[in-house]
Amino acid sequence: MRAMVYRGPYRVRVEEKPPPRIEHPNDAIVRVELAAICGSDLHLYHGLMPDTRVGTTFGHEFIGVVEQVGPSVERVQVGDRVMVPFNVYCGSCYYCARGLYANCHNVNPNATAVGGIYGYSHTCGGYDGGQAELVRVPFADVGPAPIPDWMDAEDAVLLTDAVATGYFGAQLGDIVEGDVVVVFGAGPVGLAAAQSAWLMGAGRVIVVDHLEYRLAKARELAHAETYNFAEHRDVVVLLKRVTDHLGADVAIDAVGAEADGSLLQHVTAAKLKLQGGSPVALNWAIDSVRKGGTVSVVGAYGPIFSAVKFGDAVNKGLTLRMNQCHVKRQWPRLFEHVRNGYLRPRDIVTHRFPLEDIAEAYHVFSAKLDGCIKPLVVPGPA
Amino acid sequence: MPYTSDKPPLPETPEQLRVRIPGWGVDLDPADRPAVPRERFDPGATGAHWEFPERQPEERPRERSIEHGTLPPVFGTTLPLRGVSGVVRRYAYRRFSEARAAHWLLLMAGDRIDVVESRVLAAVRGRPDDPVAETGVRSEVSHHGWSSRAGAGRADVVHQPMDPVIVAGPWVLGGLAAVVVARRLARRARRR
Ligand SMILES: NC(=O)c1ccc[n+]([C@@H]2O[C@H](COP(=O)([O-])OP(=O)(O)OC[C@H]3O[C@@H](n4cnc5c(N)ncnc54)[C@H](O)[C@@H]3O)[C@@H](O)[C@H]2O)c1
Ligand SMILES: [Zn+2]
Ligand SMILES: [Zn+2]
Repeated sequence: MRAMVYRGPYRVRVEEKPPPRIEHPNDAIVRVELAAICGSDLHLYHGLMPDTRVGTTFGHEFIGVVEQVGPSVERVQVGDRVMVPFNVYCGSCYYCARGLYANCHNVNPNATAVGGIYGYSHTCGGYDGGQAELVRVPFADVGPAPIPDWMDAEDAVLLTDAVATGYFGAQLGDIVEGDVVVVFGAGPVGLAAAQSAWLMGAGRVIVVDHLEYRLAKARELAHAETYNFAEHRDVVVLLKRVTDHLGADVAIDAVGAEADGSLLQHVTAAKLKLQGGSPVALNWAIDSVRKGGTVSVVGAYGPIFSAVKFGDAVNKGLTLRMNQCHVKRQWPRLFEHVRNGYLRPRDIVTHRFPLEDIAEAYHVFSAKLDGCIKPLVVPGPA
Repeated sequence: MPYTSDKPPLPETPEQLRVRIPGWGVDLDPADRPAVPRERFDPGATGAHWEFPERQPEERPRERSIEHGTLPPVFGTTLPLRGVSGVVRRYAYRRFSEARAAHWLLLMAGDRIDVVESRVLAAVRGRPDDPVAETGVRSEVSHHGWSSRAGAGRADVVHQPMDPVIVAGPWVLGGLAAVVVARRLARRARRR
C-alpha cells in the first residue's frame, strides 16, 4: 500500500509499505478515505518527539471504510464507513472505565504517562497512522463510530481530533456565563476552542496569534476580538489593558511546544530540543489570566522539562487543567452542534493534497504558506 | 478594575450575544458538557465486552517502560528496534524510567542515529533519500513562499532560516567527519 513515511526532521515521503494485518482479535483494518495533518504532526515532523522512528507513518485524524475485522469484533462490519478518534484505547482499564480514554493504560508499552495515539511515535505506542491507504485500528468495538448519513466527510475528519480538542479545551476552562476567555493560537484547535467558548456562555472571546490570516479567520468564524502579538511589545500588558487590568477569567493554550514570541524559548525547544516545549503561550496564559482564574492547556508538550513560570501560577492561585482530548466522549454533543450549524468544522479546511504530494503538504502547513490553516490528505489513485 | 470589588462590565449583554452568535450559551449548563465531571465511572459505555483485553501475541520481545507492571495487552508492532539506534533505545527503556531526563535524551540520541542508519540503508536498498523532494521545498514556489512571508510581520520568519541548517547539518557534519577519518587513515597508511 502507499503510505506517508517520516525520513528524519523536516523530511517525509510516500513509500510502498506492506499492508497492515489483524494482530489482535478486536482489530479492524480501515481503508482511508480522507485524512488530515494536525499541528501535533508538526512536532513529530520537526523531530521533537522522542522515539520517532524513521519509517513511521503519521496521521491520527482519518475516516474510512472497514476492510477487514478480527474474530471478536461485534459492533462494526466490513463495509461500514467510520470515523476513528485519534486515541487508541481499550475501553476497560481503570482510566477508560472513568471516561479518560486519552489516558488508557492498556495500549502503550513505551510510556505510562501518555496513552496510545495513531501514527504518533513509539512514545505513544508505536502504531502507524492514517496518512496512508490502509491502517490498523485496534479495539474496533470501542473507538470507531459510523459516520452519520447527514455528516459531511470533511466535518467528520475534523471531529476525530482538532474540533473535538478545541471544544474539550473550552470545557477544561470551566467557563461560566460572562467569562472573559482568551485563546492563544488561531490554528484549527484554537479556532474551535474560541467558537466553543461562546457555546458555554463566554461574555468575551479574545484570540491571540501572530499570523494575520489566521486572526482574520478568528474574527470571521469565531466572532472573536483578535490581537497580533508580533505588533505588541508585551502581550501580557496588552491583555491586562484590554481587561481593565483584571485579566481574563479563563486562558486556553492552543499553541503547544513550538510557540513563538520568545526567540530564546523557541530556539531552545523547537530547534535545539533542550526543553520539552517552548512554553511561551503557556506562560502568557499564566500571566494574563486573573488571580484565581483557570488555565486550560491543550497545546502539546514533549516529555522532558519546559521552562514554565510555575511560581506565578502558585502565587495567583490558578487552576491548571489539561489533557489530551477523550475524543469519542465529546461526539454525541458535538454531532448536535454540527447538525444545528453551531459548529462548522469544514470551514477551517484550506488545502486538500493528494497523498503523493505529502512532502509539499507538510512544508506548506509547517511554514504556514499560502494561507494554510488545515490541510487534508486524500489517498487513492495517484 | 481589580482595585474595587465589581467585575468590569462586558461590552455586550447575553441577549445581544445570543443574537450575534449562533448557539451562544447552549452549553451553559455544565450538565450538557460531555467532559464534565472529569471522571465518570461507566465501564459499560465504551463498547468493551471484556474485563481485560485478550493479549496480542508478542512476536518479538517488545521494549517497554519500566514504570509498567506488565506488558500492555495491545501495542504497535511497526519498526522493531534494530541497529545501533536500537541498542541505544533499548538501553534507554531498560535502564531509566520516564521520570529521568536520561531516558528521553537517550531516545532523542537514538532518533538521530536512526536517521543516519536509515539513510545508508535506503541508499543500499536502491531507494535513496532525495532531500529536495522530501523537504517539499518546491512548494515555496507553488504555494507562494515569498508573498506568504514578506511584509506579514510574522514572528517565525526570524528562525525559519535555521530549518535548512537542521536538515543539512547532519550531512555537513557527517561529511566533515568522513574527511577527517579518511585523512587519518591515509596518513597512517603512508607511515607504514
Ligand atoms: N490535547 C490534545 O488532545 C491535542 C489535540 C490536537 C492538537 N493538540 C495540540 O494543540 C496545538 C495546536 O494545534 P493546531 O493543529 O491548532 O496547530 P497549529 O500549528 O496550526 O496552530 C498553532 C498556532 O499557534 C500560533 N502561535 C505560535 N506561537 C504563539 C504564541 N506565543 N501565542 C499565540 N499563538 C501562537 C501559531 O502561529 C499557529 O497559528 C498543538 O500543540 C497540537 O499538538 C493537542
Ligand atoms: Zn492532533
Ligand atoms: Zn483503557
